[in-house]
Amino acid sequence: MRSGVIAQKVGMTRVFTDAGVHVPVTVLRLANCQVVAHRTKDKNGYVALQLGSGTRKVKNVTKAERGNFAVAKVEPKRKVAEFRVSEDALIPVGAEITADHFVPGQYVDVTGTSIGKGFAGGMKRWNFGGLRASHGVSISHRSIGSTGGRQDPGKTFKNKKMPGHMGVERVTTLNLKVVQTDVERGLILIEGAVPGAKGGWITVRDAVKKAPPKDLPTPGKFRQAAENGASAAAAGGA
Amino acid sequence: MNLLKQIEQEQIEKLSAGKDIPDFAPGDTLIVNVKVREGDRTRVQAYEGLCIARSGGGINESFTVRKISYGEGVERVFPLYSPMIDSIKLVRRGKVRRAKLYYLRGLRGKKARITEKQDSGGEAAAVQAKAAE
Repeated sequence: MRSGVIAQKVGMTRVFTDAGVHVPVTVLRLANCQVVAHRTKDKNGYVALQLGSGTRKVKNVTKAERGNFAVAKVEPKRKVAEFRVSEDALIPVGAEITADHFVPGQYVDVTGTSIGKGFAGGMKRWNFGGLRASHGVSISHRSIGSTGGRQDPGKTFKNKKMPGHMGVERVTTLNLKVVQTDVERGLILIEGAVPGAKGGWITVRDAVKKAPPKDLPTPGKFRQAAENGASAAAAGGA
Repeated sequence: MNLLKQIEQEQIEKLSAGKDIPDFAPGDTLIVNVKVREGDRTRVQAYEGLCIARSGGGINESFTVRKISYGEGVERVFPLYSPMIDSIKLVRRGKVRRAKLYYLRGLRGKKARITEKQDSGGEAAAVQAKAAE
């Protein structure tokens, strides 16, 4: 199992293929996505990579977090997430994952936080049908209707779908296709829509329910961590 | 936002490389050479008609061409930068006073005519002079 990446949603656009078909794509940008820590069997009981992405001012980072980033010798990160990996797919701490980690044509699962809709009615939130437009219905055209039985259950069952807060929840979309990658600018173009607002943090992983392509780089494509002082030179050479 | 525009600009440059898209406006008569795929061969088919609208911007820009085919009005919408368009030829410039000529849909025959734009000095003359050079 390979690691995923943390990316930032830039927005949507379209791409024309050579056959003349246009493909709607979402542009994701890798904002300096580095490995921050390892989770190992001996120490933590499971194997995972902790990745960090984005940048954050040092004054806004708590001392405890600063210590963690200092151990890994990376800049403080805006967003940190863990990815379960198999033991042979560990990427060294400090390495920066590049966009060619994913191959055009492969399928990925994408997770983000959906756009907030506020307090939404049953029609918007649960696709209820509402009441009739005429035939005596007054004022309650978009109401939810009945919420349960009569004297017999004597209550409304728990988890009854009702109006309430909608959006701002974790949403995963499975099996989206990678259209294109751009290593220099760290861009991944994914066919179709990705949950969340522009600028939101998105995690991208290999599709769980599709066979990966043969030429997938394992454990992944990354720029090697540079030692302090010589960071610029090493990054250029990698 | 900037990054998206940059990506779209690159796409436009790639798609319009080797193509000369004329500067046309609603009211102009165009010949659009469309690539048609038949099995595994492609050939070019000409579609001639009046441009009645241009819409969208950047890579999303499209234009609508209307013609009368066997007495029936036909409209086709083409993405401006579609690879399926082989070339666009400007046949005649029309003089119109609005951007969307949807009123033509209700008119037929003589009433659906559009007068040709007369080049009377100014900008148009400058363009012609440039072409003459």
